[in-house]
Amino acid sequence: MSAVTAARPSAGRWTALGAGGTVALAFVVVLAAAVAVPWLLAPVSPLAVSPADGFAPPSPAHPFGADESGRDVLVRIVHGARSSVGIGLAATALGAGLGLVIGFASGLGPRWLDSALGRVIEVLFALPTLVLALLLVAVLGSGTGPSVLAIGLATAPGYARILRSRVRTVARGDYVAYARLEGVGRARVLLRHIVPNTLWPLVATATLGIGQAVVWVAALSFLGLGQEPPSPEWGAMLGAGRVYISTAWWMTVFPGLAIVSTATALTVLGRRLSGATA
Amino acid sequence: MLPAARWIAARIGRAVLVVWLVATIVFFALRSSGDPLEAILGGPGSQAGPDAVAAARETYGLDAPLAWQYLVQLWRIATLQLGDSYARRQPVEELIAAQLPGTLLLAVLALALAWVLAVAGATIAASSRGRAGRAVNAVIGGTEIVSTVMPQFWLGAVLILVFASTMRWLPATSQPGDTAGLVLPVITLAVPIAGFLAQVSRDALTEADAAPFALTSRARGAGETRVFLRHTLRHAALPALALSGWAFGNLLSGAVVVEVLFARPGLGRLLQEGALARDVPLVIGVVTVVAVLYVAVIIVSDALELAVDPRLRRAKRQSLAVPETAVGS
Repeated sequence: MSAVTAARPSAGRWTALGAGGTVALAFVVVLAAAVAVPWLLAPVSPLAVSPADGFAPPSPAHPFGADESGRDVLVRIVHGARSSVGIGLAATALGAGLGLVIGFASGLGPRWLDSALGRVIEVLFALPTLVLALLLVAVLGSGTGPSVLAIGLATAPGYARILRSRVRTVARGDYVAYARLEGVGRARVLLRHIVPNTLWPLVATATLGIGQAVVWVAALSFLGLGQEPPSPEWGAMLGAGRVYISTAWWMTVFPGLAIVSTATALTVLGRRLSGATA
Repeated sequence: MLPAARWIAARIGRAVLVVWLVATIVFFALRSSGDPLEAILGGPGSQAGPDAVAAARETYGLDAPLAWQYLVQLWRIATLQLGDSYARRQPVEELIAAQLPGTLLLAVLALALAWVLAVAGATIAASSRGRAGRAVNAVIGGTEIVSTVMPQFWLGAVLILVFASTMRWLPATSQPGDTAGLVLPVITLAVPIAGFLAQVSRDALTEADAAPFALTSRARGAGETRVFLRHTLRHAALPALALSGWAFGNLLSGAVVVEVLFARPGLGRLLQEGALARDVPLVIGVVTVVAVLYVAVIIVSDALELAVDPRLRRAKRQSLAVPETAVGS
């Protein structure tokens, strides 16, 4: 319900982030820095091997330990943000963008179009996200592009569903009716009233959607269908480290913590943006 | 016809339509991706001669027109003949039938555990009041968020690290028929769903607790326990029940990860291996079976909802229930 009643927060509302929201925002800022300028945060190559440090446990020299080839896990996590978060971001942009188009076409278009698109959304919901993503990977092959496409297309029905109901609610609103009565044109009503009132909830949903996309992207890599092991993507690191879990736990635990923290921070922020409690 | 019979007939009709559309989308998606012969003959870069290519094309019926192949595919799905796996050279329906019970067992146990965890969390949150109650609520709310985003491939790995590698209490792998091996996969699968279910149950419980019927019951002298058991708990169960279809989808997504992580044979691992080998008939078969299972679960959960909540019988067609904070399943 809160997504429906969500209003665009004014600048003063940032104080309403609360303690959890502030921590989440700080984490996202650090994350954005790691995506934008990883070399500034960790001026070492994430691929540089150093056999002498193989399986080095966490220590001041390697705070998160080192992997089987002596590569620093913390350095790899910092550099991996660009692929993990970048692919998640691209997939969310694709999914939310497609959802936007389908949602507007369905919410504002003729009735037959709405019912046809509604049926397509219903059908796509019959396929769980990861099952749909694996189907697409089987079609497209594995790698960065297919990961973006697979997760983007697999989440599109979710966004389309949210936007369709939001567009319909807004379009039936009193202020839209008043605007129409005053003789405001269709295009202007769409741009001035419907789009702004629909986009803010989309931003809130897409924020927490990025967190979920990062988890799914990592899952694809973990399953051997995304990024290949030498790349410092978090899911691929975790998948490679799993083999050594009983002797070198840090290879699995820290990349996983990066994924969990990222997804949690984005979920908390997304919920704050949508005005939901807790 | 009885209203119940008509309802069931209408729902089955809609379910058949959904499965047909899924089969159609899947068929054309896979065919648009390139020639399946490459996968049959040993993957990219195979050095098959022209004779072998022609023989395989005929064996798998790939020399017929596309429209005919599509009709053949629909007929096969309707008669449960899903063709031979390219990589394993075995009928797909046999491969799936062998793996289905293990995955369903995992999913049912995980759903049951998720319900228990969700109701327990919501109950504790709702029954803690005052200053301490706020703290308890904050902790439970935070736990819910972390659970919902918890990647199962990581949670499972940490559980293996703690309970299998370090404590040596439970096995790190899960084989069919091994009860101890089920514990960690079921917990791994249940936690994210429990987080989502707890969120909706907690909201519904808070709402029901403040509703007029709860107040009336209290005014007549009913104790808190009685109000909770007789009135508010039922209302908390409703939204969680409505989410069953979505939760089932989430369980199947999770099953892929959990079965790979715990080296457990099952439908999810079959799908992962099929996707790795680009084994088209196998992937089509698993995806179709998942869609059939999903619509069956939706029909059962909708029927249960109608049985529990008579108000819904008068309502028009409900839309699909999905947690507000989930963009997928």
